[in-house]
Amino acid sequence: MAGAKRGKSEASVLAPHFGIDARGLESVFATALAKPIDFADAFFEYTTRDAVSIEEGLVKTGARSVEQGVGVRAQAGERQGYAHADEISLESVKLAAGTARAIAEGPGNTRSVALRRPAQPVYDLYPLRQSPTSVPIDTKVRLLQEIDAYARGRDPRVTQVMASVACEERNLMIASSDGTWVADVQPLVVLRVQVIAVSGSRRETGSQGTGGRIAYARLGEPETWKPLVDESVRIALTNLEAVNCPAGTMDVVLGPGWPGILLHEAVGHGLEGDFNRKKTSAFSGRIGQRVASPGVTVVDDGTLPGRRGSLNVDDEGTPTDRTVLIEDGILVSYMQDRLNARLMGMKPTGNGRRESYQHLPMPRMTNTFMLAGQDDPADILRSVKNGLYAVSFSGGQVDITSGKFVFSASEAYRIEDGKIGAPVRGATLIGDGPDALTRVSRIGHDMALDPGIGTCGKDGQGVPVGVGMPTIRIDALTVGGTQG
Amino acid sequence: MDELQDAVAHALEHARKAGAYAADVGLTAGESFEARVRGAEIDFVKQSRERSLGVRVFYGGRGGLSSATTRTNDLTPRVIAGVAADAVALARATVPDPCAGLPDGGFASGPNDLELFEPCDHPFDTEARIASAREAEASARAVDPRIADSDGSQVDSGWSRIVYGNSAGFLGDYESGRHSLMAESLARSADGKMQRDIWYTASRRLAGLEPGASVGVKSAKRALRKLGARRVPTCEAPVIFDPLVAPSLLRQLAGCLSGYAVYRGASFLASRMGERIAAPGVTIVDDGRRVGGLASRPFDGEGLATRRNVLVEQGRLRSWLLDTYAARKLGLASTGSAVRGGGASTTNLWLEPGTLSPETIVTSTPRGLYVTELIGQGFNPVTGDYSRGASGLWIENSELAFPVDEITIAGNLGEMLKQIDAIGNDLLWLGSAAAPTLRIARMTIAGS
Repeated sequence: MAGAKRGKSEASVLAPHFGIDARGLESVFATALAKPIDFADAFFEYTTRDAVSIEEGLVKTGARSVEQGVGVRAQAGERQGYAHADEISLESVKLAAGTARAIAEGPGNTRSVALRRPAQPVYDLYPLRQSPTSVPIDTKVRLLQEIDAYARGRDPRVTQVMASVACEERNLMIASSDGTWVADVQPLVVLRVQVIAVSGSRRETGSQGTGGRIAYARLGEPETWKPLVDESVRIALTNLEAVNCPAGTMDVVLGPGWPGILLHEAVGHGLEGDFNRKKTSAFSGRIGQRVASPGVTVVDDGTLPGRRGSLNVDDEGTPTDRTVLIEDGILVSYMQDRLNARLMGMKPTGNGRRESYQHLPMPRMTNTFMLAGQDDPADILRSVKNGLYAVSFSGGQVDITSGKFVFSASEAYRIEDGKIGAPVRGATLIGDGPDALTRVSRIGHDMALDPGIGTCGKDGQGVPVGVGMPTIRIDALTVGGTQG
Repeated sequence: MDELQDAVAHALEHARKAGAYAADVGLTAGESFEARVRGAEIDFVKQSRERSLGVRVFYGGRGGLSSATTRTNDLTPRVIAGVAADAVALARATVPDPCAGLPDGGFASGPNDLELFEPCDHPFDTEARIASAREAEASARAVDPRIADSDGSQVDSGWSRIVYGNSAGFLGDYESGRHSLMAESLARSADGKMQRDIWYTASRRLAGLEPGASVGVKSAKRALRKLGARRVPTCEAPVIFDPLVAPSLLRQLAGCLSGYAVYRGASFLASRMGERIAAPGVTIVDDGRRVGGLASRPFDGEGLATRRNVLVEQGRLRSWLLDTYAARKLGLASTGSAVRGGGASTTNLWLEPGTLSPETIVTSTPRGLYVTELIGQGFNPVTGDYSRGASGLWIENSELAFPVDEITIAGNLGEMLKQIDAIGNDLLWLGSAAAPTLRIARMTIAGS
């Protein structure tokens, strides 16, 4: 966007772009606070995105979009009012403030708000010299053509290669009735590769991706994209040989990195503040209790440089943090946004996130992972007589209230006598959140974060997230195969 | 021409000026209202106005056209002109493709008699909508003292107007409304264990919604019957899908019938056109012209008239879902299934009901699983492999015996479709896909 300084962004730089200054913002809050409102904020967004993809060897189409808007929120007790508009002007923001405050009853006590000096985020986790959306489209087209040419040469059984690169730059400015005034520029890139391989009547797919809040140039480096292609091809060819997955309860070893989606589903969502304030989570009221085996420590950390789930400030202007959720097996903290923190008498943890100015913020995860243990991953595999070794997953879901969660393997193997056996066809694993981590019996020393491709959905809002985990063994998890 | 039609014409004009061989423009303007009530209290109220304009251009090249799309929600003339020119610049960077381009003709004409919008529903009566959510909450909690805290009942009302125009001279315009109410109930048993479930109603007209009290009672009863759920031992057994979960099978199938998945070889059905892919009683229809349908529309994302497509007829695969591009790739004609922004998808999708009552289906099943909820995305369209988390009721001695959860059901969609051995007469429209109660003769259930 024009005029915005790169790196640490300042509200004073962004404000002119959105056409609103401190006095304008203060008058917005005066409008909102004409009713008995506990808290009000305004969220300004200007986001550019582009995407190109290749299939059948051709970059057939490209896409670019610009989205801008403002959302105004008012809180009174447990109630929230929200109005948003795609036109950014003082009039439209005031109109939204008038709509948002309607959730409160009776007259307010005329209060005035003085915004603090525009704050810089306290740290800069994604300092970039060039916005990924300002990298010329020709550069991205050439990368996809290189990837395609390389992938086609890998194996004659590969019949289709698809790849895409998507870039985003999200410019935010957040001002609140408590005087907070902060801005951030959030870049995001992702590169995805998918291949289809055919052998006889079998048809299989393999896919990989990588990305984060990093420079576009990182995606263009062969050491970044070649492994994605190699892995996609290897997974597709492996799955061509896959046998039916066993069904039933068995010991499961999960590989490092992306299988950390287990944590996201089994415990992460259940520890979000809103569900716990409303007492609808299977983890409600369980702080201080054992919810995992000794040695299991799970952290949500939005402060990791360059990661997909990281943010300098959350979408309510609160600096992100490193929050220990489970420490040595004991539940110690929930993840909070401002509303739920206030209502529960806790501190916001920098987890208030929203998909865009069109959405109300909610407590959401950032990067959620388990810390490394002591065990050698090879020993962990050897410790299982017969079971399943799952190394890659395609997604998951949880029922917060019953605690039941699933996650679906896209690459998995039988374990036979402590050795990796035949690859098995994809299967869903199911468990009970408050119980599953108490069955963790081994924790590897090989903690890894995922490659930067995760998107979490909640109430129809998608936000980028990260996960991570060392190799672990879980005893007696239900595996949803077809081989009884 | 009004302001929105002007904006579309302006974008087309600037695409042409920038050198586009052809272009089309879709504009959506909408207003929406959402509110959620928990117990007696409002949880949130949300209002919005949105407009969005998307431009697709085709640029002449060697042996075909290259293409690109751009989108903005700032409809000032200067920005629209810039977005149109930017699309052309982007298209010059992509590769010509002989199949790319606007449809050759067949644009929609004639009156729009789909009853997508009831003028008296707009502007929304927000107080009445909140009152129906309160009614759902109150009636749910009155069902049983075990109905406790919940995430609440939510109402949504939306109005939108779609304007679509292209450089071939077509300009189309329609309004639609959409209203819904969803109640989510939470039941708590004496041992502190909780279960939740939902019921919902949606319609193009406010008058078409099920009353709040009835929605609340149904969601409460569904949550209550899940209390005490347990696992069952791993086994093979018949699996019955209730009308809330059965449509998910149709959606998964439809994804495999998209022309894009077919020409890419990314569907397990890619080479099966004309073959028997399902049990003989299975007929699956996609119809964009169902009167009052939640996914009905007079024309698709490329201005082509929507129509009734029989996808599966008495078990035989009869049609893919095609837009102009996928149709040309496969040497076929578009089925009027284009989605703005790219791709081909369903409109109102359903499986023709049979003659059996749902009760008969249960009583004719000595032992098996009656599924009322599925979680996870465990379906692979390339292979048809299917494995999802399930909860519901266990059938023992031909009756619903006890609730079950923390189990999975698994199979292969290709086999599952062939093994549909009972089709209910209870087709239920709750959204844009509908199916009656269905029984699949045999699936693997993984549990304890």
